[in-house]
Amino acid sequence: MSSITLVGAPHTHGNVTVVRTMGLVMLALLPATAHGVYLFGWPALNTLLLTVLSAVLAEAACLRLAGKPVAVYLADGSALLCGWLLALTLPPWAPWWLSVLAGGIAIVIGKQVFGGLGQNLFNPAMVARVVLLVSCPVLMTTFVAPLPLGSAGAPDFLAGLAITFGDGMPHFDGHTGATLLGHLKTELGRDLGVVEALAVGPGVGDWLLGQRGGSLGETPVLLLLLGGLLLIHWRIIDWTIPTAMLGTLALLAGAFNLMDPARHAGALYHLCTGGAMLGAFFIATDPVTSPVSRAGKLLFGAGCGLLVYVIRTFGNYPEGVAFAVLLMNAATPLIDHYLRPRVYGRSRRGKPLDYPGAVRQGESS
Amino acid sequence: MKLFRIRGGVHPAGRKEATRDLPIETMPLPGRLYLPVQQHIGAPAAPAVKVGERVLRGQLLAHSQGAVSAPIHAPTSATVADIADLPAPHPSGLAVRTVVLAPDGLDEAVDRETVADPLSLSPGEIATLVGAAGIVGMGGATFPAAVKLNLPRRQPIHTLVINGAECEPFLTCDERLMRERGDAVIAGIRLMARALGVQRTLVAIEDNKPEARAMMVAAAAGVDDFRVLGVPTRYPMGSEKHLVQTLTGLETPARELTADLGVVVHNVATAHAVYRALYHGEPCISRVVTVSGGATQRPANLEVRLGTRVTDLLNHCGGFRETPARLLAGGPMMGQMLPHQRVPIVKGSSGILALTGAETAGRREMPCIRCGSCVEACPCGLLPLAMAAHGRAGDLEGAARHGLMDCVSCGACAYTCPSHIPLVQIFHHARGALAARQRVAHKAEETRHLSQRREARLAREQAHKAAEAAARKAAREAANKARAAAREAAS
Repeated sequence: MSSITLVGAPHTHGNVTVVRTMGLVMLALLPATAHGVYLFGWPALNTLLLTVLSAVLAEAACLRLAGKPVAVYLADGSALLCGWLLALTLPPWAPWWLSVLAGGIAIVIGKQVFGGLGQNLFNPAMVARVVLLVSCPVLMTTFVAPLPLGSAGAPDFLAGLAITFGDGMPHFDGHTGATLLGHLKTELGRDLGVVEALAVGPGVGDWLLGQRGGSLGETPVLLLLLGGLLLIHWRIIDWTIPTAMLGTLALLAGAFNLMDPARHAGALYHLCTGGAMLGAFFIATDPVTSPVSRAGKLLFGAGCGLLVYVIRTFGNYPEGVAFAVLLMNAATPLIDHYLRPRVYGRSRRGKPLDYPGAVRQGESS
Repeated sequence: MKLFRIRGGVHPAGRKEATRDLPIETMPLPGRLYLPVQQHIGAPAAPAVKVGERVLRGQLLAHSQGAVSAPIHAPTSATVADIADLPAPHPSGLAVRTVVLAPDGLDEAVDRETVADPLSLSPGEIATLVGAAGIVGMGGATFPAAVKLNLPRRQPIHTLVINGAECEPFLTCDERLMRERGDAVIAGIRLMARALGVQRTLVAIEDNKPEARAMMVAAAAGVDDFRVLGVPTRYPMGSEKHLVQTLTGLETPARELTADLGVVVHNVATAHAVYRALYHGEPCISRVVTVSGGATQRPANLEVRLGTRVTDLLNHCGGFRETPARLLAGGPMMGQMLPHQRVPIVKGSSGILALTGAETAGRREMPCIRCGSCVEACPCGLLPLAMAAHGRAGDLEGAARHGLMDCVSCGACAYTCPSHIPLVQIFHHARGALAARQRVAHKAEETRHLSQRREARLAREQAHKAAEAAARKAAREAANKARAAAREAAS
């Protein structure tokens, strides 16, 4: 007999691959990332590179330990993307060890202990962010004010290295401050109204363009929106999760704002601040940790939006995207179990459809 | 006419350009013909000829056996060279009883019995003639056509759907039939519609074949209750249940057939075979086969006598341009890989494809990233990723719970999977394992049942014997007593 390997149908394949998917996500992230590096200068670039490098090296080490082909799995780009996304959620002037730790935690604890690509229950980048937020709350919430590359007072390359690898932060003490969310939370705590609190600091135009303090890549709302729309256009993600998440957040914010404008900021504020936009398009849409059916995705997105609003408004933390995504990640297996598509020829309950006019075989004469 | 949307589906590259404008070409008779007695779903046919016997074109080679079966006829005048177990066109390469013919080149036909006006025949007569001609589903399903034409005797049938979707990439044999022999196809359809006694006939052609549609519309002009319709080009539009839903909005309940909704589906090539059988008295002895794929030297649409070997077909087309990555029978989405070229063309062979590595686009399998592409692509609303995960873990019941038995194996999920997971192969394996397990369970159940019955029977016999013995004893005692009493009385 012949010695060829027999393969089952189908004998042709679409051009979609994991590598292509990861690559296109990175492409969509590029504008916002470039903007973040420009806005926060050399130290931000260091943070980005260190986090990515740490994630990739951690992945390589884990693959080696697990006895999997390192080159093949590294080439899928998932570790690179994970480190990249994570860096965008870190404070731009993070010390080197924070970036390295973040990348390592994301890959080792967030991903590889579950069995690697596709096996993790929680979004690895968000696991790392939350671990560090709980462990180093001050560092993780120390944000520099925008100091664009080349502007007066911005650190040059060497000063950037000093900030990242030394104890450079204090020199630039005057530039650090809270994010918009943190600012509003503090001011509301001092019984100031929303309008007065938001009167100082960046205006709506700056919210949209990202000219404000915050994590490395979360501020340029319009660029993130552009990247997200590109992902939808390229069919890497679908509209369900971002729409449900941002829609729920906006609806809740709008409703509370209508009820008490003095205590609750409006929908635009909530959509433009914190990690809402980055989270909705790039983090909550992680396929591994979100449901697979359309109904499931809608519920998942709505849950994320609800939790973000609840944490921001009633919780102790000013921001809640990471917590919201992780909590909904935990609910994903349950959602997948209950919200399945309807099977062809069966009712939602799984019973064969019943046609009154249909004559079953064996029943007729 | 309003069409209905079906869920899922994919848009594979059509790749029909290579052959869609090539007229059907008659392939010359090869040196040998190999006719397996099993070219259809159902019981194999029983050989009716002996080695050394001379047969004429259209003469019966093997009888149909049982209710679901089909006879086999001689494709040309020839001598029966051998009747042996030879490889069938199936990936396993397993042997099937095969009648080997040595054509004499005269191509002499048996006396044909033709009817002057086949449309005047009764529905039952049409079905009988179709059955006697050995016609099966020529789209590849190979279910005996006569069985489906006889359905009105069992259940009401109101609509005949003719499947001219030809949604598989590369294949153009149905398209060529419609473009070149539209009148014959329509004549065949009218006979089938008469056999079924339907109120309406819908001919469905995918929108990527406008010329075929125009030809069929022209051919069907003036025929009552005929509609030739364009359906969206989307794989698997040609899937029976999905095509019926697209056209009628009727969704076939799980585990039932479209016939249970009163709709029967036949393929364009089957209609053409019916026309040949009833108007020309020629049984099913040839078919149109698309030879294509980037590795073939000269792609073609060939009218081939059944039993011609794939190797003869490929030689006629100039052999290979390059060593093919895969040699297939049927389309690339649902076709089967051929173990070698020494297998014959049978009634269900719609295409012979020699694909290049670029066309198969095979890649190393990666882990599932739960992207949900397969869920989006599945026309049956299943979760292929969950079925595969359960199937791979050996949890067959879990796979079944996720719809293993509702899967139509269309391959849309595996086609779209970015991780190149062989989903359909996993499902086939799981289904086979599940069937094997159920057979074992059924056997154990039967054995238990039989042994219980045996024990019950033994106990019954025991009880019966005991009762008989007791009765005999009682009778004996009574007799003894009576004798004693009689003696006493006598003394």
